Formats: sequence, C-alpha cells, structure tokens
Amino acid sequence: MKPAHLVSGAIAATSTEVIHARGASVRFGERLLWSAVDLHIGPGTFTAILGPNGAGKSTLLKVLLGLQPLAGGTVDVLGAPAGAARRRIGYVPQRRGFDRTLRIRGVDVVRLGLDGSRWGVPVSPIRSRRTREALAEVVDLVGASRYASRPIGELSGGEQQRLVVAQALVRRPELLLLDEPLDSLDLANQAAVAALVQRICRERGVTVVMVAHDVNPILQFLDQVVYVAEGKAVVGAPNDVITTQTLSALYGARVEVLRASDGRLVVVGTPEAPALHADRHAG
Amino acid sequence: MTLFDYPFMINALRAGTIVAVVSGAMGWFMVLRRQTFAGHTLSLIGFPGAAGAILIGLSPAFGYFGFCLAAGVIIAMASPPVGSALYSEESAVIGSVQAFSLACGFLFVNLYHGDLNGLTNLLFGSFLGITNGQVVSLLAVALPALVALGLIARPLLFASVDPEVAAAAGIPVRLLAVVFLLLLGVAAAEASQITGSLLVFALLVLPPATAQVITGRPLLGIGLSVLLGLAVTWAGLVMAYYTPYPTGAFITTLSFAAYVAARSIRVLNARTRKDPASLREAMA
Repeated sequence: MKPAHLVSGAIAATSTEVIHARGASVRFGERLLWSAVDLHIGPGTFTAILGPNGAGKSTLLKVLLGLQPLAGGTVDVLGAPAGAARRRIGYVPQRRGFDRTLRIRGVDVVRLGLDGSRWGVPVSPIRSRRTREALAEVVDLVGASRYASRPIGELSGGEQQRLVVAQALVRRPELLLLDEPLDSLDLANQAAVAALVQRICRERGVTVVMVAHDVNPILQFLDQVVYVAEGKAVVGAPNDVITTQTLSALYGARVEVLRASDGRLVVVGTPEAPALHADRHAG
Repeated sequence: MTLFDYPFMINALRAGTIVAVVSGAMGWFMVLRRQTFAGHTLSLIGFPGAAGAILIGLSPAFGYFGFCLAAGVIIAMASPPVGSALYSEESAVIGSVQAFSLACGFLFVNLYHGDLNGLTNLLFGSFLGITNGQVVSLLAVALPALVALGLIARPLLFASVDPEVAAAAGIPVRLLAVVFLLLLGVAAAEASQITGSLLVFALLVLPPATAQVITGRPLLGIGLSVLLGLAVTWAGLVMAYYTPYPTGAFITTLSFAAYVAARSIRVLNARTRKDPASLREAMA
C-alpha cells in the first residue's frame, strides 16, 4: 500500500527498500551525535544496530519512528518520510520490565498494540471477535498462550518480552524495531527470544531492526550490521563490519575482534565501555 | 416510616450513587497509574477550597471544584515527561501543595469563626440536608466527566501501562495525563462533598484497589470497582441512618474490610497452591 503521490524518481528508485537514509545526522544541542549515515535496508532482512553505550543506537530507532528530528540528510521509511508510516511499524522500546504489582493481564497489554490508540468505547461485536482471534493468533505465535491471561507484572522477564513482541506484532507491521530486547534476560531466554524474532522475520517477511548490546545471541541470524561509534556508522555484512580492521578504522584507535572457539565475537580495546562483551554485567 | 420516606435519605442515596460511580471509574485508573498520592492531595485540597468559598459567602461546591481542578493542573505540570528518570520531583511538589492547602484550610475556618461542626463536615462529610439542586449539580458534572473518561479510556490505559510505546504509536501521553488529573479532580471534588475531604480516599482508592486485587481484566475491574463503591456507599448510608455514627466511618470501614478480605483470599489461594512465586506476588 504505497501512497500514490510518491512518483519522483529519487523515491521511486528506492521503493523496494524498507529503510533508506542518506547523509542523516542527529544533533543534541551543540553535540553532533552522529552524521553522514547512509543506510539501505531491504524487505524481510534482519539488521542489528551495534555500538558502545551513548553512541546513539536508540536515537537511530527514534529517527526511524519519526520521534527524533534530523539535523541533516533524509530518512525514508516504508516509502515515506520517517514518521509518516508509523502505524505500519511495530516498536519494542528498551525497558526495565513492568511493575511487579501491575494487575493487568498479559493479553490486555498485547491488545493495546491493536486498539490502544483508538478513542471511545469498543461496541462492535464483529470487531471484538476479530480482535479476540488476532490476539489468540499472535499470542500463540510468540508461544505465550500458557501465561497470557496472568497479570503481566507476575511474569518473568522472558515471558514479558515475548508479550511485548506480540504487542508490537499484533497489527501485522511490515517493519519491527526492537531496542535491546534481549537485555536483562538470562542466556536461555536470550536465545529463545532471538530465535522468535528470527522466525518472525523469515516466516512473515517482517523487516527487523534490532538494537543490541551483545551481537552474539543474534549473530547467526543477521543479514546486516550497523555499527555506530565515534559519531559515524559503518554498514555491511556482520563478517565485514565486526573485524579488527573495520572497527579500528571506525574508532580511530586499535580495536581487536576476537573469535572464541564457539564462534562468539568479543571486541576488546574500545575507547569507551566494552560494546560486545559476552557478559556486560561484569563491567 | 421507612428510610425511603425521608427526602433527605433519598437525596443522600442519589448523591452517594453518583459519587460512587464516578470515584469507582476514575479511581481505577488512578490506582493503575500509581497516582494515589496525587489523588489524595486533590481530595485534601477540596478542604481549603470549600472553607474559602464559605468564607467569602459562596457555596462550598464552587470551592471544591475550583481548587481540585486548579490543583490537577499544577500536579500535571509538575509530572515528569515520558521516558524520563524514574525518580522525579513530582511527589515533592504534590506534598508541598498538600501541606500548604491544609494550612490554608485551617486558616480559612478560623477566619470564618465557624463552629467546629462545620469543620467536621468539611473533613469527614455529611449526608444530611443534600438538596435536589445539589444532586442535579453533582450529576451535571459527573455525566460529562464519565463520557470524557469513556472517550479517552483505551488510549489512557495504553499511556498508563506502556507510556513509551503509546507515545511511539502517536498517543498524546502528556495531554492525557493532564486531562486525567482534571477528571480525577472532578471525582475528588464530588466525593469530598459526601465523604468529606479526609475520607475521599475511601471511595477513590479502596474499591478500585480491591477490584485490581480481584481481577486483571480492565473492563471487569472498572465494573467491579464501581459496584463495590455503590455497595459500600449504600450500606454506609443505611447503617448511618440507623445509628448515631457518621456515614464516612461506615463507608471507609466497609471498603477497608472488602480490601483486606480480597487480599487475604489472594494470599490464602497462593498458599494452598504452595507456589512461592505467586505467594510473593500475593504478599506484595
């Protein structure tokens, strides 16, 4: 469903791309957070945004949502300027988890993704049947049927994370933006949620962009990596970007990428907080 | 003569019904949004409002509504923007407003040289002598407030439970917070006129809190909250009719008993399931 007025050559040429950024830059007050970022993300691909704390990874997601204005350049999302196609995007923000005493069922939180932005009282019985079916389907998709009717505050971090992914998916978005969804999960749940996101990407053709602190749980699934650091970004296949040469050039300092025997990547010597350490909580 | 033969009892039941419905609905969102402290302050602020109105020769209703709505705006302006730090100045601002308003209330009462009975009524409520006109004015404010709440209910739920995602979905989270505090001010001003400023909490907090212990379904919870409010208000009014004790004491005691009962049942249920996690939840 493409807006009819988008006929200019420049945009038409990029219409097969879900995200197209040219020379994008973001300024916080006097400071240029990052600049001259070029980005092409095709449909149905899985992209990770990596980089040290404070590099502007989450801000990049906010730019894609149209919540953060650009200081320069352009960003088109789903064939329209960022923010225009917001209803076709699913968003899972970074979070600390729901309040333990919040007495709202998981399925009601999922439902907010479907009709939470509608004004007025729901009255149509046809619509409410469709709503129930859509909810049951998406809850089943993320494997949360067993506990979706319990208050969300009582659920574990992994269970909550599956439900907020369901909330982001319930409207069947074409693009899914996730901000550190694996953060604060234990290793088993990290692997499970990562596999779930991968499945949604492959089976449903949803384009996924995920901000990640640790690339390892999703490394095997990634088509593309955006590495943000030092006010710049490098974009490319994981094996081309997460290398000693590329990251050293990006940081402007000697950075070493080590590959453990199990295939996990560890970046050492970054000027700021270690970005890809397997155990971020130790640091 | 039954109690329904007395016009003052009929009016007390009518007013109590309006107040219970408004408080039950608004209070459910207030408890969900963790804004009970703000709600408490909005209730208390009705006291200087009413005392001040009496002092300058106006109906206390003007004071209740004027002060509660103004305080709603002040608290909304002090509340933090979406996604900001967990700890904000909000509660300090609310506490300061509350302390100052109580001081003003007692000053106004003293300046008026009012009898102590008037003070007691402002603080603890009176259901005697509610006129037809007062019932109509309660209803005239309650109906638009309930319609407004119905219109914003789902986005408000979204903004309360999941503010960041709601903002990303284009919901005006900040504006909703202001509108909700105004509606809460209306509810507090209404309830104050029946239960008094100090006991507004009975209707604004206890039935919704009890409903949220019982169910995690939003619509069912709001309905339950309203029903509980109605039940304790009617029972309280009837009990006060047959005894020399004040209505507010009965309404509060009954609400509190329902709350304690709901929590106890939840803890007992968790115990019998022998599930340490759910027991911890139940005790929380």
